[in-house]
Amino acid sequence: MTRIVHKFTRRVPEWRPRLEPVKLEEATREQLDALRVTPSNTKVSDYVLTLAHDVESLSVRSPLFNAIMYDRGGMSREERELGALAASMVNRCIYCAAVHADRHAKLAKDNSVTDELFANGDKADLSPRNRAIFDFARKAAEAPPSAGPEDIDKLSRVGLSDEEIFDLILSSSLFGWANRLMHVLGDPVGRKETV
Amino acid sequence: MNVSDLTVLKQAGVTPDSTLSGVVSMRGNIIGMTQAAEVAVLRPKETGAFPHDLRAAIAARVARLAGDETLAAYYVSDAGQYAALAVPGEPDIQHEELAVVLSFVDKIANQTRDAAGDDISGLQAAGIADADIVRLCELVAFLAFQIRVISGLRLMNGKNK
Repeated sequence: MTRIVHKFTRRVPEWRPRLEPVKLEEATREQLDALRVTPSNTKVSDYVLTLAHDVESLSVRSPLFNAIMYDRGGMSREERELGALAASMVNRCIYCAAVHADRHAKLAKDNSVTDELFANGDKADLSPRNRAIFDFARKAAEAPPSAGPEDIDKLSRVGLSDEEIFDLILSSSLFGWANRLMHVLGDPVGRKETV
Repeated sequence: MNVSDLTVLKQAGVTPDSTLSGVVSMRGNIIGMTQAAEVAVLRPKETGAFPHDLRAAIAARVARLAGDETLAAYYVSDAGQYAALAVPGEPDIQHEELAVVLSFVDKIANQTRDAAGDDISGLQAAGIADADIVRLCELVAFLAFQIRVISGLRLMNGKNK
């Protein structure tokens, strides 16, 4: 029996698609290219196989995702993860929130920020810099987006450069996209306990 | 970067040689890939069940649901016979078969957290193929991204003036 996970956790669940993913043995050349399937790399997740139904989008999205989250300069990776997490909490994407809370904790070498966010949500006790980052990303993720000039001013006041602010806009916006795939096309399910 | 060819910069009013243009040019690769993503979801080679004009109408509708009339106007100009669908809440008797698609679009755009298994099985029951469900999600999901990048850039633009 698998169980759908409804509560935020740093323990990354499995992702179970709500529709039939592309079957690797039936994939077209274009799909295989987008999936980067090579004879030595034939393991592809159900999530990526699901997105392979729209291969033109998948081909553009993977490098865009990596550039926004990992390109050098600007905002630290840890703080980009906080932007991703804030959006995922707004959209209640349990899977995305788990992955990016876990990455944040590992990059920060500290669980306390994500523990606090999962325990107290919007009312979490955060440092002024994390507070400004989380509040902007949370409001930007709402639908319609509700971040205003005062939220941007707050980011500058706690010391973010314009380059960092733009990176935060990108990472929190990116999860407006990712959450609408992950949270819509599948369910987060508990991993089977190993006996 | 050529601002006039890049939707997010044009929509946010980022002018060449401005302070903000200097900031975003550090991420010029990302702005370029964002434009390529717009092409992939609005004007793909393989359209599935959603031709380009219908995709433009859905994009205008999602922009309007986000309160972005300027972006909605940009998309509606390509919506052709589907232009009426760009107005949320107005039933369109000409395209009644799209009712289930449009209610899915509205929910995923603005009530994302409430998405559930029933939303996907409802589309399947209405005869929408799995590949088309993924195409529809990518369209709405990309727009959520683009709308927020534009909204953030407009805020930065206001700050730098």
